[in-house]
Amino acid sequence: MTGEPPARTGPGGPAAGADAAPPPARARTRPWRDRLVALAWMALIWCLLWGRFTWGNLVAGLLVAAAVLVFFPLPPVTFGGRLRPRALLVLLGRFLTELVVASAHVAWLAVRFGHRPRDAIIAVRLRVRTDLNLALTAELISLVPGTLIIEVDRDRGVLYVHVLDARGPEDLAASRRRVLVTEARLVRAIGSPAELRLLDTPAPADPGRPGGFADAVRPVDRGPEK
Amino acid sequence: MTWGAVADWAGAACLVLGGLLSLVAGIGVLRFPTVLDRMHAATKPQVLGVLLLLAGVALRLRTPSDIGMIVLVAIFQLATAPVAAQMIGRAAYRSGRVERPLADADQR
Repeated sequence: MTGEPPARTGPGGPAAGADAAPPPARARTRPWRDRLVALAWMALIWCLLWGRFTWGNLVAGLLVAAAVLVFFPLPPVTFGGRLRPRALLVLLGRFLTELVVASAHVAWLAVRFGHRPRDAIIAVRLRVRTDLNLALTAELISLVPGTLIIEVDRDRGVLYVHVLDARGPEDLAASRRRVLVTEARLVRAIGSPAELRLLDTPAPADPGRPGGFADAVRPVDRGPEK
Repeated sequence: MTWGAVADWAGAACLVLGGLLSLVAGIGVLRFPTVLDRMHAATKPQVLGVLLLLAGVALRLRTPSDIGMIVLVAIFQLATAPVAAQMIGRAAYRSGRVERPLADADQR
């Protein structure tokens, strides 16, 4: 889990900037690969929806996928990392356990009488700021105990997280740690070597202080005060 | 007992468990005080409940094409439930419907 990332000094491994996410320039040069992956994935979904793998389904799926790609273009989400099967298994296993724990936690809170959960909103700055990492981390932390994503600041790589049943600052620090640990697990599973190196930099916000960067909390204008 | 019977019983257990979790998710949505708390109930127990129900159905049906469809449903459930909860939570947050005394670590 805590193994050092391989010291990789080769092509495509520029010195990771101290602050910013690794530039996706290398990945940008491969738009065709991304489109092919999307095409194959959508054709596979089409076949699964029909329930049969026939040549007709495959051709129809490819046609529909091509039409979707042409007529509904989305901003490119490039995958610049690599899959690591062992870390992926760790991610999956921990995710399933945490999903069960989270469900039991929420279920217990729901059926408990006379308990009014106190909650909080914290801002957590992630270390790897690619779109893919932000989105996947946000998805994952909504399904692990106690945290729920409510807002994403894409430019600064900040997730605004709602914490259920927070009784004190230590609960908030624990939630912040949990988000960063989830991110680390994800990057170890699918991140690029440069992103892995970013994990070794200390977390941008001091985990001990819940209000560590008060300027970052309250991301949006909430309209007139009540 | 044959393997088929074992799978049937395991599937039945999954179905009951998934149903109970979905029920608890509903109770949570009803009983939690704020929108954001309710979204917790609508994501975690609900997603696990659906996954268990799907596992139960898969164990009962045991045909490749059905299992393909079930896997697809599971993937999309996992991908969309947090997004839906986030959209609702964000709307509540932006329109100021997050109760201040409860969200007490906000802007501390």
